[in-house]
Amino acid sequence: MDEKRARFEAQVLPHLDAAYRFARWLSHAPGDADDVVQEAVLRAFRGFDGLRGSDAKAWLLAIVKNCHSTALKQRQRRAFVPLPEEDDAHDGHAMTAATPDPENDTIRRDEQRMLERLIAALPDEHRTVLMLREIEEMDYRQIALVTNVPIGTVMSRLARSRAALKARWLREAEGATRAVR
Amino acid sequence: MPCAESLRVQAYFDAEVDAVSAADIERHVEHCTECRALLRDLEQVRTALRHDSAYLRTPPALRARIMQALDEETAAIPAAALPQGGSSPRGWRPRSFWAGAFGGACGTALAASLGFFLLAPRLGSPLLDELVNAHVRSLMPAHLIDVVSTDRHTVKPWFAEHADVSPVVADFEAQGYRLIGGRADYLDRQRSAVVVYQHGAHVINVFSWAGTGRPLPPDTIRNGYRFVFWRSGNLEYCAVSDTGRDELQGLVRLLQDLAARG
Repeated sequence: MDEKRARFEAQVLPHLDAAYRFARWLSHAPGDADDVVQEAVLRAFRGFDGLRGSDAKAWLLAIVKNCHSTALKQRQRRAFVPLPEEDDAHDGHAMTAATPDPENDTIRRDEQRMLERLIAALPDEHRTVLMLREIEEMDYRQIALVTNVPIGTVMSRLARSRAALKARWLREAEGATRAVR
Repeated sequence: MPCAESLRVQAYFDAEVDAVSAADIERHVEHCTECRALLRDLEQVRTALRHDSAYLRTPPALRARIMQALDEETAAIPAAALPQGGSSPRGWRPRSFWAGAFGGACGTALAASLGFFLLAPRLGSPLLDELVNAHVRSLMPAHLIDVVSTDRHTVKPWFAEHADVSPVVADFEAQGYRLIGGRADYLDRQRSAVVVYQHGAHVINVFSWAGTGRPLPPDTIRNGYRFVFWRSGNLEYCAVSDTGRDELQGLVRLLQDLAARG
């Protein structure tokens, strides 16, 4: 194994899970996310010489986002765009944890699926900033780098996505109580 | 109708403001019911999201596919054959010629020294290759655990029958490392004993085998997994996981302390 590969594995690959999660939240079908992540890692490896002491995680996630946009455009050119609603059911199912968690009972899984459905229903650019902030714990500057928009836009998108998620969540919870009654 | 300060309150919640602004915002929140409710909502959404989504990890099959693609990539373009500078792929941000030239020179020197340290042990370590394979295989469905138990009195005797060595086994649930079981893996031409721990959402495999006296590989990261080696009595150990360095070292220290106490 050569020196570039070793440095790449030490600096970039620890962020592979973050890249995978990010791709999953961007894509509507799990298979698409797999291809996007693989393509992004290869591109990152080829362009690795360009990464000089800056933020490896933000850098990798920015590449994931670009790969996702490219893949999306290619699919649209092929004039076949799966409707998000169609995929949501099995998408949400596959979103559950990969490692066993014995404390996970059915009720929690239902709640989890509801939350995932609500997140999936957010507009793409809102969902992206929300996941980068809350799951990847990136600061505004990093999110601005990954999404390539000004910090002010990051802030307003974050505010809107959080408010929308909270509102939809309340509505769902109310709906559920009414259904029980 | 949201309060005009809501974006600043959000920035405060995200720890994006300095101490002076933070004090200012805290004073505002004291008097603004709107913003107090906003802070509660932000916290609630964060808790729910972090609780639910942070556990999603790269499936082992995809990780393996990516490593293979990288192997092919590395084999196709040997790094030494690439011309320096000009034709390298477009970088993260534009660099000046001098920064590039200087970086290139330092990079080469660094590469030479790093290459020496990283390459030498890597090339001569079939043991490490075996451990990478064993760890990845263990993460495939239904390969992780042969004996499911959180009780060391079950796991330990199981090893006596199924492995060639008898490593230290203990549950460190109080310290965040839950014993979830054991497994026997064929490694380095012997039946090694693997103790499996769970730390948060991470699986940690602790491999152990009869020591051969040859030097152990240095601690390293391979395929995105971290490897920590140590020796204790006549056994050699390797802890493998995708956790951070400190988390993995935490378990290693606990096991070493336990062995030292006998």
